[in-house]
Amino acid sequence: MKSLTRSIPMVVTLLACAFLFIPIMQSVLAGLTVNYFRGLSSGLTLKWVGQVWQLYSSSIFLSIWLALACLVVTLILGVPAAYALARNPGRASRILEELISLPLAIPGLAIALALLQLYGSYHGFRTHWSFILIGHVLYTLPFMVRSTLSVLATIDLTTLEEGAASLGAGPLRRFFDIVVPNALPGILAGALTVVTLSIGEFNLTWMLHTPYLKTLPVGLADSYASMRLEVASAYTLVFFVIIVPLLMAMQWASARAQRNMQ
Amino acid sequence: MTLTLTNIAKTFPGGTKGLLPTDLEIAKGEILSLLGPSGCGKSTLLRIIAGLETPDAGARIVFDGEDVTQQSVETRKIGMVFQSYALFPNMSVRGNIGYGLKIQGLPKADIDRRVNEVIALCRLTDYADRAITVLSGGQRQRVALARAMAPRPRVLLLDEPLSALDAALRGQLRDELRLLLRQFGITAIFVTHDQDEAMAIADRVAVMSLGEVAQIGTPEALYRNPATGFVARFVGDAMPLPGRIEGDQLHLQGGVLNLPEPADGKEVLVRAEDIRIDPTGPITARVEAVTFLGTHYRIALAGATEGPLFALHSGLSAAKPGENLRLSIAAESLLILPKGGTT
Repeated sequence: MKSLTRSIPMVVTLLACAFLFIPIMQSVLAGLTVNYFRGLSSGLTLKWVGQVWQLYSSSIFLSIWLALACLVVTLILGVPAAYALARNPGRASRILEELISLPLAIPGLAIALALLQLYGSYHGFRTHWSFILIGHVLYTLPFMVRSTLSVLATIDLTTLEEGAASLGAGPLRRFFDIVVPNALPGILAGALTVVTLSIGEFNLTWMLHTPYLKTLPVGLADSYASMRLEVASAYTLVFFVIIVPLLMAMQWASARAQRNMQ
Repeated sequence: MTLTLTNIAKTFPGGTKGLLPTDLEIAKGEILSLLGPSGCGKSTLLRIIAGLETPDAGARIVFDGEDVTQQSVETRKIGMVFQSYALFPNMSVRGNIGYGLKIQGLPKADIDRRVNEVIALCRLTDYADRAITVLSGGQRQRVALARAMAPRPRVLLLDEPLSALDAALRGQLRDELRLLLRQFGITAIFVTHDQDEAMAIADRVAVMSLGEVAQIGTPEALYRNPATGFVARFVGDAMPLPGRIEGDQLHLQGGVLNLPEPADGKEVLVRAEDIRIDPTGPITARVEAVTFLGTHYRIALAGATEGPLFALHSGLSAAKPGENLRLSIAAESLLILPKGGTT
């Protein structure tokens, strides 16, 4: 009886995993077989992966570039914003925090349309990568702010700063010597979230992209639409290789930030 | 450094008077304690001296002839020990102690030399490279003191520096803190609500109540000649003797006491150590409870006044609960003080 109560959840878990894993494995295999319709008997090859690299390497680099630029911008905007919110708790701060978080609740499509309406006519800007960057920053900024804020909220920031001020440290030194180092676990968790989300973002980017500015997920959609299935599947494999380590690092950093708060 | 405070007051937003206009003069190398119950304005006064709080208009804070009233906390060159210590968790013990010197932009060799000096003086050599988070409460307290002292501040300000520690450690660190402050020879002001702490460490004590200094003096002067009933209660635990005063006689529930002087309209107080068990005494009382405290017994008495009364009795044995006793109080040990003040 006891073994039954223990084994049922295990079986359910394994089934759920299988439900998720089998399509992924199939896709990965499809990207590695010579001819998907003839199956594995046609043999394994890296030809399709090579083709993906040839056709879409610019998308890969654009995505990495966008993610890093997005990270820099969210760091510059998000960390001071979180600090200001932590130092001035109150109604106004709560409202501001909700406002920053708004892009999470609004579909990327709507944000993209708004951006296009407002800036679409500035041609140089419309076709520049920084146009997509704006969308990514809007979407990822709340993650940076919240992650940093949650760590700052557990620190007696006012007293620590008073301590530093009594030793002669001005506001800027206090920010870089005391606030940033003590918020680091939250900043790190936020940074990994921002990079992962930016690389994987599709909705908004698909609306904002131009034929010369295709990011990694937009390229993926493009390959499924216009290439043979083996190439598209190989693309999925490449996507996985980039995103899975990032996801794992993100998990690790969040767990570390959580530990730090206790 | 001498410190001169003139007309320091603080009105909080909303109109609450945190501190009424206060003048204070602190001599070079003197250790002054601000003693009082919570909410009496002692921490506000300390934070105004530090520059962490802005006083009402008209205040003047002078460090050695230099008016620092308009200076921010960063530029006042003070040292401060916080109740929660406010040590930086992202730095080691050495990093914390050297931080003030780093801000001053001193060469690394000078910082190291000075940090090592202070570390040795505060007996922190074994912990110098540890993280703050692994230190005990007493060690943290010493790091906080060392960090405040390393940049050679003009004045050291301590806000309830021992109250975060448990009772046994507090007693031990109280003596240690006194020795260290004397060794540094620094002008220091420290805030506490603990009269024993104030008496043990300070040269002079300013007893505060309801936003003003009720009395200032040496611990001995405060104990011997309290200016108000509040000071007598707060310093040395004097007990009021409520009763009817007729000229130089005090009619209590348990008898009549002769006073050294007419006391109409005043308040009469006594300390536990001045109440004698005396078979020929004028006051009768009943023993309620007896507590053995090693060197003496503490006897709770009822029936002498409306409230409870405590007497200290040294000897090999004490009265039993329920027994009736007679008490006497020497006229010169009675404290006859103006009415008023809190609690």
